[in-house]
Amino acid sequence: MLKQFDVTKSKMFRIMDDDGRILSDKYMPVIDDKQLVKAYHDMLFARTADHMTVSYQRQGRIFTYPPNFGQEAIHGATAQVMRYDDWLVPAFREMGAWLAKGATLKDIFLYFMGYEEGNSWPQANHLLPISVPIASQLQHAAGIGYAIKFKKLDEVVFAFVGDGGTSEGDFHEALNFAAVWKVPVVFVVQNNQFAISVPFRMQTASKGIAIKSQAYGMPGIQVDGNDFLAMLLTMQEASEFSRTGNGPVLIEAVTYRKGAHTTSDDPSKYRSKEEEEIWEKKDPINRLRNYLTDKGLLNSDEEARLEEQYRSEVDRIFVEAENHPAYPLEDVFKYMYADMPDDLRKQMANHEEFLRWKESIQ
Amino acid sequence: MKIMNMVNAINNALDIKLSEDPDMVIYGEDVGVEGGVFRVTEGLQQKYGAERVFDSPLAESAIVGTAIGMAAAGLRPVVEMQFCGFVYPAFNQIISHLARMRNRTRGRIGMPVVVRIPYGGGINALEHHSESMEALYAQIPGIKVVIPSTPADAKGLLISAIESEDPILFMEPKRIYRAIKQEVSEEKFSIPIGKAKVVTPGTDVTVVAYGAMVREVQKALPKLKEAGISVELIDLRTIYPIDKVTLTESIRKTGRIIFVAEEPTSFGVGSEIIAIANEEAFLYLQSPPKRVTAFDTIVPLPKGEHHYMISPEKIFYEIQRTVNF
Repeated sequence: MLKQFDVTKSKMFRIMDDDGRILSDKYMPVIDDKQLVKAYHDMLFARTADHMTVSYQRQGRIFTYPPNFGQEAIHGATAQVMRYDDWLVPAFREMGAWLAKGATLKDIFLYFMGYEEGNSWPQANHLLPISVPIASQLQHAAGIGYAIKFKKLDEVVFAFVGDGGTSEGDFHEALNFAAVWKVPVVFVVQNNQFAISVPFRMQTASKGIAIKSQAYGMPGIQVDGNDFLAMLLTMQEASEFSRTGNGPVLIEAVTYRKGAHTTSDDPSKYRSKEEEEIWEKKDPINRLRNYLTDKGLLNSDEEARLEEQYRSEVDRIFVEAENHPAYPLEDVFKYMYADMPDDLRKQMANHEEFLRWKESIQ
Repeated sequence: MKIMNMVNAINNALDIKLSEDPDMVIYGEDVGVEGGVFRVTEGLQQKYGAERVFDSPLAESAIVGTAIGMAAAGLRPVVEMQFCGFVYPAFNQIISHLARMRNRTRGRIGMPVVVRIPYGGGINALEHHSESMEALYAQIPGIKVVIPSTPADAKGLLISAIESEDPILFMEPKRIYRAIKQEVSEEKFSIPIGKAKVVTPGTDVTVVAYGAMVREVQKALPKLKEAGISVELIDLRTIYPIDKVTLTESIRKTGRIIFVAEEPTSFGVGSEIIAIANEEAFLYLQSPPKRVTAFDTIVPLPKGEHHYMISPEKIFYEIQRTVNF
């Protein structure tokens, strides 16, 4: 599909319609039924965790959090193609992909509760931390790609950014470097229609994002990011293309940020209920559920049981994270440099002295 | 031993490390085929190949940004910013990622990256080529800032910088790239980062300088000696982490401190040095600490630059005023 896709002419690549019915089986991803059901369940788990995290935030049990729901097919498809040694370079809205790369939900909770260690992913291999400055992480992906090529490794980098991020200079620089160096990076733009409140039409006068690939000299594709099958085939082909030494690929995954930008944001200020309802009909999990149900691979009783199981699992993990030990003063200092400079040592000692004094007068 | 200028010495350090460490790469604008606009990397691409020493596209943010990715994936990049005035597009990568990655990942992903930055004035350059903005970098937590003042120091400090597990901004005083020649060992040697050097011991006044200004202070020394003033000249060598021990010992001994630099006067490295003098040697001071630094103005273009640059005469003038306070 990647080869046939013409970024200047082709329509957005889809396999299923909004109800999960196959539009055309000309291009279908190879995946066995069992794996397909697992992918669906993983997406369901990610959504459950995501919804619950938003409600924990509302309860004041976690700080600012960027919700993922509505974008699970992109993460779920990435999860299917990422190998153990491949790299994931996140922005901050790809929870399902982080989990697939080996991040634990507890780490994710710890991060949004305010512990750096939650962003260090000790259990994951080749997963960079969440990157807050928009699009800056794409440069790292190009650099990792160079290292992979340099060391002749069989690895691919999956790098994420949003539609707003494509307006940043770093987006241009990273794609340009990656293409000039011909390194194995799959750039995934989650075009979720909004950069906080600014709609996509105000980010670019270009007809889309995929078309920009042409100017960089790499293949690109615009895909329905809420269509798991189309997303999966795209990721399979893109990663294969990059893995076999052909250089980077740009994927524009068209989706919709169903939730707020973060829990501090209120989308009702800048978008209508009508618009949200239109996109509700394209929900990626509903579409995949319909497809799997039609194939006889799901039953609703089991799903209800699973969701219940997921909820209690998420809650158990959350409570575990809530019981994480307090943040020691030493942790503020000790990771700044490989060896702590005397200056920092002294600043820490001075503060400890103050704390002892404070304790002594209480 | 071989007679080297600073360009030769840096080239020699890079050569030694490239031959030792197969994971080290050098890139930047014009550093490959041409060997850099200052010829610092001359001959290295021919010797080590275009995969290890290469020209990158022209984008400073991406040069530093990709170095961050390379370091995360096990390489040891040494990148060049062509001139100090062109670092600013890379500032976001330096401050938001290079400086923070180790802390952010609780030590899991270190950043053994060296960013080489030719800096400083006095070479009749175009706009943006003459600034001395080391204080901008020194205040970034997570970064170390190193500035050599001689060919031998440049070699030894650069070898330490390349071997460091932390990101180093290695600022090269381009005015003395070729102006100072000295015998430098062709063997590998390193000079520790974070340690200042007492260049000339003395008893009346501590003069702290670094980079091209060390030589300017040295030019003033004979006249100061004639005037009966004994100067203890300290070459800072590393801006951060600053060597408080050497500074404090010296200031306590002499009771006077003068800071000489090309940087703008206010909010600079000099402000920090005076703070150290006040915090660590307040009761030893016999005269007010003094900054002999550039104006808080834009560096003038070449015809006006002589007004701006610190001369040995000015250094002499300020030192004798402080000593005779």
